[in-house]
Amino acid sequence: MASQHDSVLKTLTVALLVCLVCGVVVATAAVMLRPTQETNKLLDKQINILLAAGSYKAGMDVQKAFESIERKFVDLESGEYVEMPESYDQRKASKDPEQSIRLDGKTDIASLKRQATVAEVYLATDHNGELSKIILPVHGYGLWSTLYGFLALEPDANTVAGLGFYEHAETPGLGGEVDNPKWKAIWPGKEVFDENGDLAIQVIKGTVDAGAADASHKVDGLAGASLTTNGVNNLVRFWVGESGFGPYLDKIHANAAGYSDEERAPATDTSVPAEGEEVING
Amino acid sequence: MAEKMKTKELLFGPIFDNNPIALQIIGICSALAVTTNLKTTVTMCLALTLVTAFSNFFVSSVRNQIPSSIRIIVQMTIIASLVIVVDQFLRAYAYSISKQLSVFVGLIITNCIVMGRAEAFAMKNPPIPSFIDGLGNGFGYSVILLILGFCRELIGAGSLFGMPILTKVTDGGWYIPNGLMLLPPSAFFLIGLIIWGIRSVKTVQVEKDAFTPAPHTRASEAF
Repeated sequence: MASQHDSVLKTLTVALLVCLVCGVVVATAAVMLRPTQETNKLLDKQINILLAAGSYKAGMDVQKAFESIERKFVDLESGEYVEMPESYDQRKASKDPEQSIRLDGKTDIASLKRQATVAEVYLATDHNGELSKIILPVHGYGLWSTLYGFLALEPDANTVAGLGFYEHAETPGLGGEVDNPKWKAIWPGKEVFDENGDLAIQVIKGTVDAGAADASHKVDGLAGASLTTNGVNNLVRFWVGESGFGPYLDKIHANAAGYSDEERAPATDTSVPAEGEEVING
Repeated sequence: MAEKMKTKELLFGPIFDNNPIALQIIGICSALAVTTNLKTTVTMCLALTLVTAFSNFFVSSVRNQIPSSIRIIVQMTIIASLVIVVDQFLRAYAYSISKQLSVFVGLIITNCIVMGRAEAFAMKNPPIPSFIDGLGNGFGYSVILLILGFCRELIGAGSLFGMPILTKVTDGGWYIPNGLMLLPPSAFFLIGLIIWGIRSVKTVQVEKDAFTPAPHTRASEAF
């Protein structure tokens, strides 16, 4: 009996059959459930974009709300819009040597190591068709994990409209408080740049003195989570800075300035920088 | 009658009399990792109970055909397939929870309870009792995890299933959450307390000393 079970042929046959059956089961489950999983993933991302933009309400029709949001691609170095296939995945691209650059220690404050050369941006429009929010995907290292999220800016590309993370593994209750609605509510209204156009936004340790002159650039840190707070500070400053969306935001500023000086200098611009167009700050 | 008794024993025995975590001290890893809130805890309990029950069932169904030289790897393949299927289902139907559980669903494969029951019980018993044994052990694991999840979420975050129960100071209430409860060591303390509690009631479970310390000798010998 035992010898019959332990013969080489029997062993191989059983191994093969087990693999076949298990393989078929796993493959069937994966293939059958893939469409649902992908819808989920997309929905999750869309909800997070809407959350960052501050226009998400529980139970709303996400797909419908998302119709007013346009996905565009920006070349980070020049700040120009570029055409990319719909399937472009920024996270994958940041690992591909051909589509990304290595960051050196000094610029890489958010500990990204590599950064994709082309980034996604989401432009939300209001019901009149005018730009209402600029939503930038941001990510960077906290204490335990890379935090992925969205930073939403008002059309002036300076005032923060919201910040939210959709993926992180910080300590629940401490660093995990980045998800706390109370903390997220501090962000809207803060200004990224000061009057001279220099990067000024900062997450500080402790609570911001509301009377201070630069209170509009400072955000309260999370109590008991200095390292996560530092991470958030670094990643926000990185992505709105020179190596991040800086050039792109500069272009929007230049455009906005062009608008207000319309009388003096004939406007050649649209509300957002068009491809290959250089706009000089008026 | 005897048959009925046995089923009952298989199903409820592992809850207190032969608990996989409290008596056998296995499956601790995920008990630390997923119990910071009840939502993930419940999902994990369901996933593990299903996987243990079905892996026992399938291993037991083919137990007479498995050559002993490759029996472990055959069990492993069956368990791994089931875990992948469960993971796929979670991703499709409970996306946000599966994101929180992340790698721990996959790690059910390495959970000693699943493998232990397959090797210890399912290889020697018919499919139906094996299935019940799997369910029973899943329940044993779940009971401990639910106690952990309840204590950790309530004390650590002041909420249950994400619903605030004790209003936190940060939300304008009175409760200062104990952050330690959200860190893995707290689960160790709690499991220790649970084991202490169970063994105080069920003294059969108290282990005999593995050795007796040598009696005190003259102090001068120490120098």
